[in-house]
Amino acid sequence: MGDLHNLSVKALSALLQSKEVSAVEVATRFLARMGGNPHRAFLDIDSEATLTQARASDAKLANGTAGPLEGVPIAHKDVFVTRDFATTAGSKILSGYRSPFDATVVDRLRNAGMVTLGKLNCDEFAMGSSNENSAYGAVSNPWDTTRIPGGSSGGSAAAVAARLSPAATGTDTGGSIRQPASFCGITGIKPTYGRASRYGMIAYASSLDQAGPMARSAEDCALLLSAMCGPDLDRDSTSLDVPIENFSAKLGDSLKGLRIGIPKEFFSEGLAADVRKAIDAALKTLEAQGAKLVPITLPRTELAIPVYYIIAPAEASSNLSRFDGVKFGHRTKDYTDLVSMYKKSRAEGFGEEVKRRIMTGAYVLSHGYYDAYYLQAQKIRRMIADDFQHAFDDCDVIAGPVAPTVAWKLGNNASDPLADYLADIFTLPASLAGLPCMSVPVGMGESNMPVGMQLIGNYFQEAKLLNVAHQFQLNTDFHNAKLEGAQ
Amino acid sequence: MSLTNTDIERIANLARLELAPDEQARMLSKINDFFGIVEQIRTIDTTGVVPTAHPIDAMPGALMELRLRPDLASETNGTVQRDLNQRSAPAVERGLFLVPKVIE
Repeated sequence: MGDLHNLSVKALSALLQSKEVSAVEVATRFLARMGGNPHRAFLDIDSEATLTQARASDAKLANGTAGPLEGVPIAHKDVFVTRDFATTAGSKILSGYRSPFDATVVDRLRNAGMVTLGKLNCDEFAMGSSNENSAYGAVSNPWDTTRIPGGSSGGSAAAVAARLSPAATGTDTGGSIRQPASFCGITGIKPTYGRASRYGMIAYASSLDQAGPMARSAEDCALLLSAMCGPDLDRDSTSLDVPIENFSAKLGDSLKGLRIGIPKEFFSEGLAADVRKAIDAALKTLEAQGAKLVPITLPRTELAIPVYYIIAPAEASSNLSRFDGVKFGHRTKDYTDLVSMYKKSRAEGFGEEVKRRIMTGAYVLSHGYYDAYYLQAQKIRRMIADDFQHAFDDCDVIAGPVAPTVAWKLGNNASDPLADYLADIFTLPASLAGLPCMSVPVGMGESNMPVGMQLIGNYFQEAKLLNVAHQFQLNTDFHNAKLEGAQ
Repeated sequence: MSLTNTDIERIANLARLELAPDEQARMLSKINDFFGIVEQIRTIDTTGVVPTAHPIDAMPGALMELRLRPDLASETNGTVQRDLNQRSAPAVERGLFLVPKVIE
């Protein structure tokens, strides 16, 4: 089995179920590849913890109690709390933190049989689009190590692209699954808000945060998403009571007659020519498969940037108040009273971007500014969600770019956070509306860097998105593109 | 609209963040850059639009009602659970979190 690490989740699962390989063998192979922590993708690796899980999986495979994904490895973004591995959310304030429990998503994937390879690097508290906001150093893009992998789930995308793990979890608040998936040439999906439990997912912006899988293909994402999602009514008050779906069973539909909405605002002058070319070619492929392209409009696309960057920081400023140096996390050594302990602990523990968002959030929520900014943003959020509903009168799914450009150079936007914010323009609208959306690799742009196409569906239409992506991948090979040196 | 140093000091206090002088200057300039793109939202006519605090409000058929679970302790393993909960705390004594004196 020379190429275990090049196999899909589906193929690995078949080999494990038929006992052609053991979970320990598979885990050992990936642990070996993770040695030296390529691309700085991981924040915690504990081979003994991984092998213990793998041995338990082998026992289940032997005695006939195996789960559907028994023994298949996965790595988790470091915003999911885990009992067996440290959890930091990419922040110094949580350095060395050990959770007393596993996040529901981690739990569900373990129950499906998956073995945890470790914890993946990300922007601090998932705030960022480049992974450069991690307190533990930026992840590099496996396609060009002088470039960013995207963010905030940058470690997840890099690990899958470099074949350090066949699959990873990510979280998406304003594009944090789709954009790194696009930049690293892999497939990732954010389900409808409320499908995946947020229990044990360290909160950034609670009305936006949603977990999802990142893997090489739509077929693998379907397997993973089916295992991840499901009601968690006692532990997450925003978990929706919608039945578990088998997304893998719904990948066989023809695209004949499918109406794909093309929002003109996603193809405006801000879109780089190389990205546009790859997306146009992908749309032609979908047309050739029988889909019909329908022009639509999402007139408030540009407003999504200020609206998101008001609402998300507002929620963050509240969520991150729990990091006060009392019950967990960093406490300063130098304080005079309780308030100075709070202020100094937080000042020492948080990075600059996190502080900026906390400050912005506190400001827009403060007396005299709440109506003008926060409430106004919430109203425009409603208008953006309504725009999508109008668009879905004329189409079944929406397609466009994930990001205006391919991955940029590390350090490029270091002194200009606003440039990162503006680059989120195409991913923010679906996040604000809570719609399911994904990124599918569709080719290469400038400097041979991957380009991702975004698909957006109406609420609970994940199966439709995954089917479109799978049908596309049956006819193309971009999702199998291999990196040099990743053999 | 432009924020001033006084605004930054006021918000930093609300947010319980101590900012060094150079950090405060950077914060002021970056936040003002950011509000440069925010101002456009004030010109949008939102008369009669119901604010959306949560995406579930926008889903057709409004799927969610506020749910409360029964008020019961879900972790029943007593001090074992308490020790697990407190193992990452900065200062603990006999199961209590230690903080600086609050009331003189």
